[in-house]
Amino acid sequence: MDMYHEAILEHYRQPRNWGVLQPCDIDHEEKNPLCGDRLRLTVRVRDNHIAEIGWSGEGCAISQATASMLGEIILGKTLEEARQLTKEDVLDLIGISLGPVRLKCALLSLKVLKVGAYGLAGWQEDDSR
Amino acid sequence: MSALSLEQLTRQMAAHRADFPILAQMVRPNVPLVYLDNAATTQKPTAVLRAVEDYYTHMNANVHRGVHSFSEKATAAYEAARDAVRDFVGATSAREIIFTRNATEAINLVAYAWGLANLRIGDQILVSEMEHHANIVPWQMVAERAGAHVLPIPITEDGQIDQDAYQTLLGSGRVRMVALAHVSNVLGTINPLADLIRMAHEVGALVTVDGAQSAPHMPIDVRALDADFFALSGHKLCAPTGIGALYGKRALLEAMPPFMGGGSMIDRVTFAKTTYADLPQRFEAGTPNISGAVGLGAAIAYLRGIGLEAIHAHEVALIQHTMAGLADIEGVQMYGPSADQRAGLVSFTLRGVHAHDLSAGLDQAGIAVRAGHHCAMPLHEKFGIAASTRVSFYLYNTLEEADHFVQTVAAVQRFFAR
Ligand SMILES: Cc1ncc(COP(=O)(O)O)c(C=O)c1O
Repeated sequence: MDMYHEAILEHYRQPRNWGVLQPCDIDHEEKNPLCGDRLRLTVRVRDNHIAEIGWSGEGCAISQATASMLGEIILGKTLEEARQLTKEDVLDLIGISLGPVRLKCALLSLKVLKVGAYGLAGWQEDDSR
Repeated sequence: MSALSLEQLTRQMAAHRADFPILAQMVRPNVPLVYLDNAATTQKPTAVLRAVEDYYTHMNANVHRGVHSFSEKATAAYEAARDAVRDFVGATSAREIIFTRNATEAINLVAYAWGLANLRIGDQILVSEMEHHANIVPWQMVAERAGAHVLPIPITEDGQIDQDAYQTLLGSGRVRMVALAHVSNVLGTINPLADLIRMAHEVGALVTVDGAQSAPHMPIDVRALDADFFALSGHKLCAPTGIGALYGKRALLEAMPPFMGGGSMIDRVTFAKTTYADLPQRFEAGTPNISGAVGLGAAIAYLRGIGLEAIHAHEVALIQHTMAGLADIEGVQMYGPSADQRAGLVSFTLRGVHAHDLSAGLDQAGIAVRAGHHCAMPLHEKFGIAASTRVSFYLYNTLEEADHFVQTVAAVQRFFAR
């Protein structure tokens, strides 16, 4: 059995920046109704930079590990820089090919970020915004 | 059941695998398909595929419309399929069988046609906590329009309907309809329908049975159950997708207004007033799924050739074997009744491993299962879990496949635990 590479397992077991920040500047949650995955992101912004983040929620290794990895990337970036992150950037982190269903798991964290931080309501996995 | 007879039984059934061409497919090179997602949909035997092809090759025409030979042939084939369904569920008259797209449409038909004509403000509809969304949401939609209320019938920790609570709910004097699954698609519970229906009838309520998970796996007798309505999906019993059926007691159906309007369901149309056709056409607006019905007829003939009792016994043997294997894996939690009291499926969680990850691991080994909430979110909420993994058997599954499944679950558990 060799399902996911070590980095995913490691982030899944010990997710980075986990918790809920209160008070915070951004607070948003998204769900994947298909599998019940739930992911919430709280962010503190200072000088237009993402200064602190807290993820929380539950779900599969892919959705939780990508959130953890994505968090490490956006931390310290300006809001505008973080906004430029694309679906491809996230998929590169995972390093295995995913079917359409699991793609939603992988991109849940990006969706939370896009909708929560930039108000892109209705953002979909195939959106280039 | 002794180990020997279990093996004999499953070996007998294995002979039928050859009837299903898809079972020889590979998921990936050298990884054969192990199809254990039968509660979602079943595979189709050659007899069904041929019947559909034969219909299109030799008799395709619209039904109940032409007076030409092919229309008569097509109509005869379509009505023969209706009679096969009648016999399959134990109904008296073929007029009591309405073809639909699936169980969902059959339940919606009852909810709208019966519900909008009969539900009054303050009336109650009881729906068990183990229902599929198909037997919850239509009732909610209709109740909202009628000013009626949908109330849940609680279930016990071991996945049975709480009969005391049910009796209490029935005592309100306002219950008009009870919506019950025959077999739960998540828990595998086989509900004691005859008793539950009798209790409902004692207070004057009707019962709609969701037979999506029972009709494929065990003999059905709507008259012995005294069910008022009974819904089934063809695709879950070896027939093509897009065909299902509703059984309804004749007097009830006759008193119901149509569900959809259009061709075939009318008696006479004028702009002043349209009158509707008799049963069953009144509920079959538009050109029906003729080839699907023919396929359903062939599927029923196929299943009866093997015997529904034999299919049920085979699946019970497989589920008992599988549950014993799963129980030995660390962190496995199974939901629902004990192995000797259920249909051939089980849903479970594996501690520390999300259902999607488990299902991805199983898929690597060629094994198809269902992961998620299986269209039963209220039930998952009740057990405090977001998702579970479900393995569900059919007549063509083998003991070897069950073993392969259990061993792969154990391998995924080790992968995540290392
Ligand atoms: C218990 C139960 N009811 C209803 C349905 C709905 O079946 P269909 O989608 O074929 O209408 C299903 C299948 O998903 C089921 O398992």
